[in-house]
Amino acid sequence: MPVTHVKNSFSQPEIGSDVLTVKDLHFSYPDGHSALHGVSMKLSAGDKVALVGPNGAGKSTLMLHLNGILGGHGEVEIAGQRLTRDNLPAIRAMVGLVFQNPDDQLFSPTVFEDVAFGPLHMGLPEADVRARVDAALEAVRMTTYRDRLSHHLSVGEKKRIAIATVLSMNPNLLILDEPSAGLDPRARRTLINLLRELPITMLVSTHDMKLVQELFPRTIVMDEGRVVADGLTTDILEDETFLTAHGLEKP
Amino acid sequence: MHFDAFDRYHEKESFLHRLDPRVKALVTVIFIVSNALLPDGAWLAFVFGWMFLIAANLLSQLGIGYTLKRSLVALPFALIAITVLFSIPGEPIFTFQFFTSHLVITDAGFLRFVSILIRSWLSVQMAILLVAVTRFPDLIHALEHLKVPAILTTIIAFLYRYLFVLTDEVFRLIRARESRSAASTGKRAGRGVLWRARVAGNMAGQLFLRSYERSDRIYNAMLSRGYSGHLYTLNAHEMKPRDYYVTALAIVVIFVTQVLGRF
Repeated sequence: MPVTHVKNSFSQPEIGSDVLTVKDLHFSYPDGHSALHGVSMKLSAGDKVALVGPNGAGKSTLMLHLNGILGGHGEVEIAGQRLTRDNLPAIRAMVGLVFQNPDDQLFSPTVFEDVAFGPLHMGLPEADVRARVDAALEAVRMTTYRDRLSHHLSVGEKKRIAIATVLSMNPNLLILDEPSAGLDPRARRTLINLLRELPITMLVSTHDMKLVQELFPRTIVMDEGRVVADGLTTDILEDETFLTAHGLEKP
Repeated sequence: MHFDAFDRYHEKESFLHRLDPRVKALVTVIFIVSNALLPDGAWLAFVFGWMFLIAANLLSQLGIGYTLKRSLVALPFALIAITVLFSIPGEPIFTFQFFTSHLVITDAGFLRFVSILIRSWLSVQMAILLVAVTRFPDLIHALEHLKVPAILTTIIAFLYRYLFVLTDEVFRLIRARESRSAASTGKRAGRGVLWRARVAGNMAGQLFLRSYERSDRIYNAMLSRGYSGHLYTLNAHEMKPRDYYVTALAIVVIFVTQVLGRF
Protein backbone atom coordinates (compact mmCIF):
# COMPACT_ATOMS: atom_id res chain seq x y z
CA MET A 1 0.00 0.00 0.00
CA PRO A 2 1.38 3.44 -0.83
CA VAL A 3 2.28 5.54 2.15
CA THR A 4 0.40 8.81 2.34
CA HIS A 5 1.34 11.59 4.69
CA VAL A 6 -1.69 12.90 6.51
CA LYS A 7 -1.53 16.49 7.65
CA ASN A 8 -2.79 15.60 11.07
CA SER A 9 0.02 14.51 13.35
CA PHE A 10 -2.07 12.63 15.89
CA SER A 11 -0.97 9.08 15.46
CA GLN A 12 -2.89 5.98 16.38
CA PRO A 13 -1.83 2.50 17.40
CA GLU A 14 -2.77 -0.21 14.90
CA ILE A 15 -6.48 -0.65 14.29
CA GLY A 16 -7.82 -3.52 16.33
CA SER A 17 -5.38 -3.27 19.23
CA ASP A 18 -6.88 -2.45 22.61
CA VAL A 19 -6.52 1.13 23.74
CA LEU A 20 -8.53 0.82 26.92
CA THR A 21 -9.37 -2.18 29.05
CA VAL A 22 -11.26 -1.84 32.30
CA LYS A 23 -11.84 -5.00 34.35
CA ASP A 24 -14.17 -5.27 37.32
CA LEU A 25 -13.62 -1.76 38.68
CA HIS A 26 -15.06 -0.95 42.12
CA PHE A 27 -14.92 2.39 43.88
CA SER A 28 -16.41 4.05 46.95
CA TYR A 29 -15.92 7.69 47.88
CA PRO A 30 -14.34 8.45 51.26
CA ASP A 31 -17.76 9.38 52.66
CA GLY A 32 -18.90 5.80 52.04
CA HIS A 33 -21.00 6.57 48.97
CA SER A 34 -20.35 3.71 46.58
CA ALA A 35 -20.04 4.85 42.95
CA LEU A 36 -18.78 1.94 40.84
CA HIS A 37 -19.79 -1.72 41.20
CA GLY A 38 -17.68 -3.85 38.90
CA VAL A 39 -17.40 -1.85 35.70
CA SER A 40 -15.76 -3.55 32.72
CA MET A 41 -15.26 -2.30 29.19
CA LYS A 42 -12.92 -2.49 26.24
CA LEU A 43 -12.13 0.13 23.60
CA SER A 44 -10.18 -0.68 20.45
CA ALA A 45 -8.12 1.80 18.46
CA GLY A 46 -10.35 4.05 16.37
CA ASP A 47 -13.47 3.42 18.47
CA LYS A 48 -15.69 6.39 19.15
CA VAL A 49 -17.91 5.46 22.02
CA ALA A 50 -20.67 7.37 23.82
CA LEU A 51 -21.08 6.91 27.55
CA VAL A 52 -24.62 7.72 28.65
CA GLY A 53 -26.64 7.35 31.81
CA PRO A 54 -28.52 9.46 34.35
CA ASN A 55 -26.79 11.87 36.73
CA GLY A 56 -25.05 9.95 39.49
CA ALA A 57 -24.63 6.82 37.36
CA GLY A 58 -20.86 6.92 37.88
CA LYS A 59 -19.79 8.24 34.47
CA SER A 60 -17.56 11.03 35.79
CA THR A 61 -16.18 8.78 38.52
CA LEU A 62 -15.23 6.21 35.90
CA MET A 63 -13.53 8.85 33.79
CA LEU A 64 -11.41 10.03 36.71
CA HIS A 65 -10.18 6.44 37.06
CA LEU A 66 -8.95 6.19 33.50
CA ASN A 67 -5.92 8.38 34.11
CA GLY A 68 -5.45 7.49 37.73
CA ILE A 69 -6.83 10.54 39.50
CA LEU A 70 -9.06 8.22 41.46
CA GLY A 71 -7.88 4.73 42.28
CA GLY A 72 -10.45 2.01 42.96
CA HIS A 73 -10.20 -1.75 43.08
CA GLY A 74 -9.89 -3.44 39.74
CA GLU A 75 -7.78 -3.14 36.63
CA VAL A 76 -7.31 -0.29 34.18
CA GLU A 77 -5.07 -0.86 31.16
CA ILE A 78 -4.15 1.81 28.64
CA ALA A 79 -2.64 0.58 25.36
CA GLY A 80 -1.56 -2.63 27.03
CA GLN A 81 0.02 -0.93 30.05
CA ARG A 82 -1.56 -1.60 33.39
CA LEU A 83 -2.13 1.62 35.33
CA THR A 84 -0.03 1.69 38.50
CA ARG A 85 1.38 4.44 40.69
CA ASP A 86 4.76 4.22 38.90
CA ASN A 87 3.59 4.76 35.34
CA LEU A 88 1.05 7.49 36.14
CA PRO A 89 2.96 10.23 34.26
CA ALA A 90 3.23 8.03 31.15
CA ILE A 91 -0.46 7.07 31.38
CA ARG A 92 -1.51 10.71 31.78
CA ALA A 93 0.30 11.58 28.57
CA MET A 94 -1.64 8.83 26.77
CA VAL A 95 -5.07 9.71 28.16
CA GLY A 96 -6.40 13.16 27.36
CA LEU A 97 -9.12 14.00 29.86
CA VAL A 98 -11.27 17.06 29.10
CA PHE A 99 -13.35 18.25 32.02
CA GLN A 100 -16.91 19.46 31.73
CA ASN A 101 -16.31 23.03 32.82
CA PRO A 102 -13.66 24.67 30.63
CA ASP A 103 -12.98 27.20 33.37
CA ASP A 104 -11.55 24.33 35.41
CA GLN A 105 -9.56 23.03 32.47
CA LEU A 106 -8.05 26.35 31.42
CA PHE A 107 -6.06 27.53 34.41
CA SER A 108 -3.26 29.51 32.76
CA PRO A 109 -3.43 33.21 31.92
CA THR A 110 -3.04 32.75 28.15
CA VAL A 111 -4.23 30.17 25.63
CA PHE A 112 -0.67 29.39 24.58
CA GLU A 113 0.44 28.62 28.12
CA ASP A 114 -2.52 26.34 28.69
CA VAL A 115 -1.96 24.32 25.54
CA ALA A 116 1.79 24.16 26.29
CA PHE A 117 1.21 22.96 29.86
CA GLY A 118 1.00 19.24 29.04
CA PRO A 119 3.97 19.07 26.63
CA LEU A 120 6.11 21.14 29.02
CA HIS A 121 5.41 18.72 31.84
CA MET A 122 6.31 15.82 29.58
CA GLY A 123 9.78 17.38 29.46
CA LEU A 124 9.80 18.07 25.71
CA PRO A 125 12.32 20.55 24.26
CA GLU A 126 11.07 24.04 23.49
CA ALA A 127 10.86 23.61 19.70
CA ASP A 128 8.72 20.47 20.10
CA VAL A 129 6.46 22.19 22.61
CA ARG A 130 5.85 25.06 20.19
CA ALA A 131 5.24 22.68 17.28
CA ARG A 132 2.73 20.70 19.33
CA VAL A 133 0.90 23.82 20.49
CA ASP A 134 0.59 24.96 16.89
CA ALA A 135 -0.62 21.53 15.73
CA ALA A 136 -3.17 21.27 18.53
CA LEU A 137 -4.56 24.76 17.90
CA GLU A 138 -4.67 23.99 14.18
CA ALA A 139 -6.62 20.79 14.88
CA VAL A 140 -9.33 22.71 16.75
CA ARG A 141 -9.16 25.63 14.24
CA MET A 142 -8.09 28.15 16.86
CA THR A 143 -4.65 29.16 15.61
CA THR A 144 -5.42 32.87 15.82
CA TYR A 145 -6.30 32.56 19.53
CA ARG A 146 -2.74 31.65 20.54
CA ASP A 147 -2.01 34.79 22.59
CA ARG A 148 -5.51 35.48 23.84
CA LEU A 149 -6.40 35.57 27.51
CA SER A 150 -8.52 32.59 28.56
CA HIS A 151 -11.06 34.64 30.50
CA HIS A 152 -11.88 36.69 27.39
CA LEU A 153 -13.13 33.68 25.40
CA SER A 154 -16.71 32.52 24.86
CA VAL A 155 -17.83 29.14 26.22
CA GLY A 156 -17.61 27.49 22.79
CA GLU A 157 -14.11 28.86 22.25
CA LYS A 158 -13.03 27.78 25.73
CA LYS A 159 -14.35 24.30 24.99
CA ARG A 160 -12.28 23.97 21.84
CA ILE A 161 -9.17 25.31 23.57
CA ALA A 162 -9.80 22.81 26.39
CA ILE A 163 -9.68 20.01 23.80
CA ALA A 164 -6.47 21.49 22.35
CA THR A 165 -4.85 21.41 25.79
CA VAL A 166 -4.97 17.62 25.75
CA LEU A 167 -4.40 17.15 21.99
CA SER A 168 -0.99 18.77 22.50
CA MET A 169 0.01 15.70 24.53
CA ASN A 170 -0.72 13.46 21.50
CA PRO A 171 -3.01 11.19 23.51
CA ASN A 172 -4.00 7.67 22.42
CA LEU A 173 -7.35 8.08 24.08
CA LEU A 174 -9.51 11.15 24.36
CA ILE A 175 -12.03 11.31 27.18
CA LEU A 176 -14.61 14.10 27.20
CA ASP A 177 -17.07 14.87 29.97
CA GLU A 178 -20.28 16.40 28.57
CA PRO A 179 -18.63 18.33 25.73
CA SER A 180 -21.85 19.81 24.33
CA ALA A 181 -23.30 21.03 27.65
CA GLY A 182 -24.03 24.75 27.67
CA LEU A 183 -23.20 25.36 24.01
CA ASP A 184 -25.41 27.26 21.60
CA PRO A 185 -26.42 25.41 18.38
CA ARG A 186 -23.60 26.87 16.29
CA ALA A 187 -20.89 26.14 18.84
CA ARG A 188 -22.35 22.66 19.29
CA ARG A 189 -22.25 22.05 15.54
CA THR A 190 -18.62 23.19 15.34
CA LEU A 191 -17.77 20.85 18.20
CA ILE A 192 -19.53 17.89 16.58
CA ASN A 193 -17.63 18.44 13.32
CA LEU A 194 -14.40 18.70 15.28
CA LEU A 195 -15.02 15.45 17.16
CA ARG A 196 -15.93 13.70 13.91
CA GLU A 197 -12.68 14.80 12.24
CA LEU A 198 -10.31 13.89 15.06
CA PRO A 199 -8.76 10.51 14.29
CA ILE A 200 -8.43 9.53 17.94
CA THR A 201 -10.11 6.85 20.00
CA MET A 202 -12.63 8.59 22.21
CA LEU A 203 -14.98 7.96 25.07
CA VAL A 204 -17.52 10.74 25.45
CA SER A 205 -19.89 11.10 28.37
CA THR A 206 -23.04 13.01 27.42
CA HIS A 207 -26.77 13.58 27.94
CA ASP A 208 -27.12 14.85 24.38
CA MET A 209 -28.81 11.85 22.72
CA LYS A 210 -28.93 13.55 19.33
CA LEU A 211 -25.17 13.87 19.50
CA VAL A 212 -24.90 10.18 20.38
CA GLN A 213 -27.08 9.23 17.45
CA GLU A 214 -25.16 11.38 15.02
CA LEU A 215 -21.58 10.72 16.04
CA PHE A 216 -21.07 7.45 17.88
CA PRO A 217 -21.56 4.00 16.35
CA ARG A 218 -21.23 2.38 19.77
CA THR A 219 -22.85 3.31 23.08
CA ILE A 220 -22.23 2.21 26.66
CA VAL A 221 -25.07 2.81 29.12
CA MET A 222 -24.29 3.12 32.82
CA ASP A 223 -26.70 3.23 35.74
CA GLU A 224 -26.09 2.99 39.49
CA GLY A 225 -22.40 2.26 39.06
CA ARG A 226 -22.80 -0.57 36.56
CA VAL A 227 -22.61 -0.97 32.80
CA VAL A 228 -26.16 -1.93 31.85
CA ALA A 229 -25.70 -1.99 28.09
CA ASP A 230 -22.81 -1.94 25.62
CA GLY A 231 -23.57 -2.23 21.94
CA LEU A 232 -24.55 -0.59 18.69
CA THR A 233 -26.06 2.84 19.18
CA THR A 234 -28.85 2.07 16.69
CA ASP A 235 -29.93 -1.00 18.71
CA ILE A 236 -29.82 0.79 22.06
CA LEU A 237 -31.70 3.85 20.86
CA GLU A 238 -34.45 1.60 19.40
CA ASP A 239 -35.33 0.07 22.76
CA GLU A 240 -37.55 2.73 24.29
CA THR A 241 -38.56 0.74 27.39
CA PHE A 242 -34.90 0.12 28.20
CA LEU A 243 -34.04 3.82 27.79
CA THR A 244 -36.92 4.95 30.00
CA ALA A 245 -35.96 2.41 32.67
CA HIS A 246 -32.56 4.08 32.91
CA GLY A 247 -33.74 7.65 32.88
CA LEU A 248 -32.91 8.28 29.21
CA GLU A 249 -34.92 9.42 26.25
CA LYS A 250 -35.09 8.43 22.63
CA PRO A 251 -33.79 11.35 20.56
CA MET B 1 -20.56 37.14 30.73
CA HIS B 2 -17.29 38.86 31.39
CA PHE B 3 -16.24 41.06 34.20
CA ASP B 4 -13.13 42.95 33.22
CA ALA B 5 -13.12 45.65 35.85
CA PHE B 6 -9.71 44.52 37.07
CA ASP B 7 -8.01 44.40 33.73
CA ARG B 8 -5.98 47.58 33.73
CA TYR B 9 -3.89 46.85 30.67
CA HIS B 10 -4.21 49.38 27.87
CA GLU B 11 -3.40 48.16 24.39
CA LYS B 12 -1.03 50.66 22.76
CA GLU B 13 2.08 50.58 20.66
CA SER B 14 4.27 52.84 22.76
CA PHE B 15 7.92 52.73 23.72
CA LEU B 16 7.04 51.57 27.23
CA HIS B 17 4.71 48.85 25.97
CA ARG B 18 7.48 47.36 23.84
CA LEU B 19 10.05 47.40 26.62
CA ASP B 20 10.96 44.03 28.15
CA PRO B 21 8.61 43.34 31.08
CA ARG B 22 11.60 42.48 33.31
CA VAL B 23 12.99 45.99 32.83
CA LYS B 24 9.64 47.55 33.67
CA ALA B 25 9.12 45.42 36.77
CA LEU B 26 12.66 45.97 38.02
CA VAL B 27 12.68 49.74 37.47
CA THR B 28 9.29 50.06 39.17
CA VAL B 29 10.49 48.15 42.23
CA ILE B 30 13.72 50.19 42.43
CA PHE B 31 11.74 53.42 42.06
CA ILE B 32 9.40 52.45 44.90
CA VAL B 33 12.25 51.35 47.19
CA SER B 34 14.12 54.56 46.41
CA ASN B 35 11.03 56.61 47.32
CA ALA B 36 10.74 54.80 50.62
CA LEU B 37 14.39 55.55 51.40
CA LEU B 38 14.19 59.31 50.72
CA PRO B 39 14.42 61.40 53.90
CA ASP B 40 11.50 63.57 55.07
CA GLY B 41 11.15 66.88 53.31
CA ALA B 42 13.46 66.05 50.40
CA TRP B 43 11.38 68.35 48.19
CA LEU B 44 13.86 68.56 45.34
CA ALA B 45 14.08 64.75 45.14
CA PHE B 46 10.29 64.44 45.24
CA VAL B 47 9.97 66.87 42.34
CA PHE B 48 12.70 65.01 40.46
CA GLY B 49 10.92 61.68 41.04
CA TRP B 50 7.69 63.23 39.85
CA MET B 51 9.38 64.44 36.65
CA PHE B 52 10.64 60.90 36.08
CA LEU B 53 7.09 59.67 36.48
CA ILE B 54 5.70 62.27 34.07
CA ALA B 55 8.36 61.33 31.52
CA ALA B 56 7.30 57.68 31.86
CA ASN B 57 3.66 58.68 31.44
CA LEU B 58 4.52 60.56 28.26
CA LEU B 59 6.52 57.62 26.88
CA SER B 60 3.54 55.33 27.46
CA GLN B 61 1.33 57.54 25.22
CA LEU B 62 -1.36 57.33 27.87
CA GLY B 63 -1.18 61.05 28.60
CA ILE B 64 0.39 63.08 31.40
CA GLY B 65 -2.59 62.81 33.70
CA TYR B 66 -3.23 59.09 33.22
CA THR B 67 -1.76 57.81 36.48
CA LEU B 68 -2.65 60.99 38.38
CA LYS B 69 -6.38 60.33 38.00
CA ARG B 70 -6.14 56.71 39.01
CA SER B 71 -3.80 57.28 41.94
CA LEU B 72 -6.56 59.04 43.90
CA VAL B 73 -8.17 55.64 44.53
CA ALA B 74 -5.20 54.56 46.62
CA LEU B 75 -4.89 57.82 48.55
CA PRO B 76 -7.21 56.87 51.45
CA PHE B 77 -4.78 54.08 52.38
CA ALA B 78 -2.10 56.68 53.06
CA LEU B 79 -4.35 58.10 55.79
CA ILE B 80 -3.24 55.18 57.96
CA ALA B 81 -0.16 57.36 58.49
CA ILE B 82 -2.29 60.08 60.12
CA THR B 83 -1.07 59.15 63.59
CA VAL B 84 2.44 60.45 62.83
CA LEU B 85 0.91 63.95 62.89
CA PHE B 86 0.63 63.69 66.66
CA SER B 87 3.28 61.19 67.62
CA ILE B 88 6.52 62.91 66.53
CA PRO B 89 7.92 65.33 69.11
CA GLY B 90 8.45 68.92 67.88
CA GLU B 91 7.08 72.48 67.98
CA PRO B 92 3.28 72.43 68.27
CA ILE B 93 1.59 74.15 65.33
CA PHE B 94 -2.04 73.29 66.02
CA THR B 95 -3.93 71.87 68.98
CA PHE B 96 -7.52 70.72 69.27
CA GLN B 97 -9.86 68.72 71.47
CA PHE B 98 -10.96 65.32 70.09
CA PHE B 99 -13.58 63.86 72.46
CA THR B 100 -11.67 63.44 75.71
CA SER B 101 -8.15 63.59 74.30
CA HIS B 102 -6.12 66.70 73.74
CA LEU B 103 -4.28 66.39 70.39
CA VAL B 104 -1.24 68.36 69.30
CA ILE B 105 0.01 68.50 65.73
CA THR B 106 3.77 69.15 65.65
CA ASP B 107 5.83 70.63 62.83
CA ALA B 108 8.01 67.50 62.60
CA GLY B 109 4.92 65.30 62.56
CA PHE B 110 3.36 67.40 59.82
CA LEU B 111 6.54 67.27 57.76
CA ARG B 112 6.69 63.49 58.03
CA PHE B 113 3.00 63.08 57.22
CA VAL B 114 3.25 65.14 54.04
CA SER B 115 6.42 63.28 53.03
CA ILE B 116 4.73 59.92 53.49
CA LEU B 117 1.78 61.10 51.40
CA ILE B 118 4.05 62.21 48.56
CA ARG B 119 6.16 59.05 48.66
CA SER B 120 3.17 56.72 48.56
CA TRP B 121 1.47 58.85 45.92
CA LEU B 122 4.53 58.64 43.61
CA SER B 123 4.97 54.91 44.24
CA VAL B 124 1.32 54.05 43.59
CA GLN B 125 1.40 55.97 40.31
CA MET B 126 4.43 54.05 39.07
CA ALA B 127 2.76 50.74 39.94
CA ILE B 128 -0.42 51.81 38.11
CA LEU B 129 1.66 52.70 35.07
CA LEU B 130 3.45 49.33 35.18
CA VAL B 131 0.16 47.43 35.09
CA ALA B 132 -1.21 49.68 32.35
CA VAL B 133 1.67 49.09 29.95
CA THR B 134 2.46 45.42 30.66
CA ARG B 135 0.22 42.47 29.88
CA PHE B 136 -0.37 40.61 33.11
CA PRO B 137 0.97 37.22 31.94
CA ASP B 138 4.14 39.00 30.80
CA LEU B 139 4.45 40.57 34.22
CA ILE B 140 4.22 37.15 35.86
CA HIS B 141 6.92 35.85 33.50
CA ALA B 142 9.07 38.84 34.35
CA LEU B 143 8.75 38.07 38.06
CA GLU B 144 9.64 34.43 37.38
CA HIS B 145 12.79 35.46 35.55
CA LEU B 146 13.70 37.91 38.28
CA LYS B 147 13.84 34.87 40.60
CA VAL B 148 10.73 35.65 42.59
CA PRO B 149 9.87 32.34 44.34
CA ALA B 150 7.73 30.08 42.12
CA ILE B 151 5.10 29.67 44.83
CA LEU B 152 4.43 33.43 44.78
CA THR B 153 4.29 33.78 41.00
CA THR B 154 2.02 30.71 40.81
CA ILE B 155 -0.36 32.19 43.37
CA ILE B 156 -0.43 35.50 41.48
CA ALA B 157 -1.08 33.71 38.18
CA PHE B 158 -3.98 31.71 39.61
CA LEU B 159 -5.35 34.77 41.34
CA TYR B 160 -5.34 36.62 38.04
CA ARG B 161 -6.98 33.74 36.15
CA TYR B 162 -9.72 33.08 38.68
CA LEU B 163 -10.46 36.59 39.92
CA PHE B 164 -12.77 36.94 36.93
CA VAL B 165 -14.39 33.55 37.43
CA LEU B 166 -14.99 34.30 41.12
CA THR B 167 -16.38 37.76 40.41
CA ASP B 168 -18.83 36.16 37.98
CA GLU B 169 -19.73 33.68 40.70
CA VAL B 170 -20.38 36.50 43.18
CA PHE B 171 -22.59 38.32 40.69
CA ARG B 172 -24.54 35.12 39.99
CA LEU B 173 -25.14 34.69 43.73
CA ILE B 174 -26.23 38.31 44.13
CA ARG B 175 -28.52 38.07 41.11
CA ALA B 176 -30.08 34.87 42.45
CA ARG B 177 -30.81 36.67 45.72
CA GLU B 178 -32.16 39.79 44.01
CA SER B 179 -34.55 37.84 41.83
CA ARG B 180 -36.09 36.20 44.89
CA SER B 181 -36.08 39.32 47.06
CA ALA B 182 -39.73 39.93 46.46
CA ALA B 183 -42.24 41.88 48.53
CA SER B 184 -45.94 41.27 49.06
CA THR B 185 -48.08 44.28 48.24
CA GLY B 186 -48.29 46.68 51.13
CA LYS B 187 -45.51 45.01 53.09
CA ARG B 188 -41.91 46.01 53.51
CA ALA B 189 -39.50 43.69 51.74
CA GLY B 190 -36.99 41.67 53.73
CA ARG B 191 -36.82 40.98 57.44
CA GLY B 192 -34.60 42.27 60.21
CA VAL B 193 -30.95 43.15 59.95
CA LEU B 194 -29.96 39.92 61.66
CA TRP B 195 -31.85 37.85 59.13
CA ARG B 196 -30.23 39.75 56.25
CA ALA B 197 -26.83 39.27 57.83
CA ARG B 198 -27.44 35.55 58.00
CA VAL B 199 -28.32 35.48 54.27
CA ALA B 200 -25.14 37.40 53.44
CA GLY B 201 -23.18 34.99 55.62
CA ASN B 202 -24.65 32.01 53.81
CA MET B 203 -23.71 33.56 50.50
CA ALA B 204 -20.12 34.07 51.61
CA GLY B 205 -20.08 30.45 52.76
CA GLN B 206 -21.48 29.32 49.42
CA LEU B 207 -18.80 31.24 47.61
CA PHE B 208 -16.11 29.64 49.74
CA LEU B 209 -17.50 26.13 49.19
CA ARG B 210 -17.84 26.62 45.45
CA SER B 211 -14.31 27.98 45.23
CA TYR B 212 -13.01 25.10 47.31
CA GLU B 213 -14.69 22.54 45.08
CA ARG B 214 -13.50 24.36 42.00
CA SER B 215 -9.93 24.27 43.27
CA ASP B 216 -10.29 20.50 43.56
CA ARG B 217 -11.43 20.22 39.95
CA ILE B 218 -8.65 22.51 38.74
CA TYR B 219 -6.08 20.44 40.59
CA ASN B 220 -7.48 17.31 38.91
CA ALA B 221 -7.23 19.02 35.53
CA MET B 222 -3.61 19.89 36.29
CA LEU B 223 -2.82 16.33 37.39
CA SER B 224 -4.41 15.01 34.19
CA ARG B 225 -1.90 16.96 32.17
CA GLY B 226 1.14 15.79 34.07
CA TYR B 227 1.45 18.31 36.92
CA SER B 228 3.68 16.97 39.66
CA GLY B 229 4.40 19.96 41.86
CA HIS B 230 6.37 22.23 39.59
CA LEU B 231 5.20 24.68 36.96
CA TYR B 232 7.18 25.01 33.74
CA THR B 233 6.98 27.96 31.39
CA LEU B 234 8.68 29.04 28.19
CA ASN B 235 10.50 32.34 28.13
CA ALA B 236 8.99 34.38 25.35
CA HIS B 237 11.06 37.49 26.04
CA GLU B 238 14.48 38.52 24.93
CA MET B 239 16.48 41.47 26.25
CA LYS B 240 17.46 43.84 23.45
CA PRO B 241 20.23 46.48 23.70
CA ARG B 242 17.51 49.11 24.14
CA ASP B 243 16.28 47.30 27.26
CA TYR B 244 19.74 47.45 28.83
CA TYR B 245 20.12 51.16 28.01
CA VAL B 246 16.78 52.00 29.57
CA THR B 247 17.58 50.03 32.71
CA ALA B 248 20.94 51.78 33.07
CA LEU B 249 19.42 55.22 32.46
CA ALA B 250 16.60 54.62 34.94
CA ILE B 251 19.03 53.48 37.62
CA VAL B 252 21.17 56.58 37.08
CA VAL B 253 18.10 58.84 37.35
CA ILE B 254 16.97 57.12 40.53
CA PHE B 255 20.49 57.37 41.96
CA VAL B 256 20.53 61.11 41.21
CA THR B 257 17.18 61.40 42.99
CA GLN B 258 18.72 59.80 46.06
CA VAL B 259 21.72 62.17 45.94
CA LEU B 260 19.40 65.19 45.57
CA GLY B 261 17.36 63.99 48.51
CA ARG B 262 20.33 63.78 50.83
CA PHE B 263 22.27 67.01 50.17
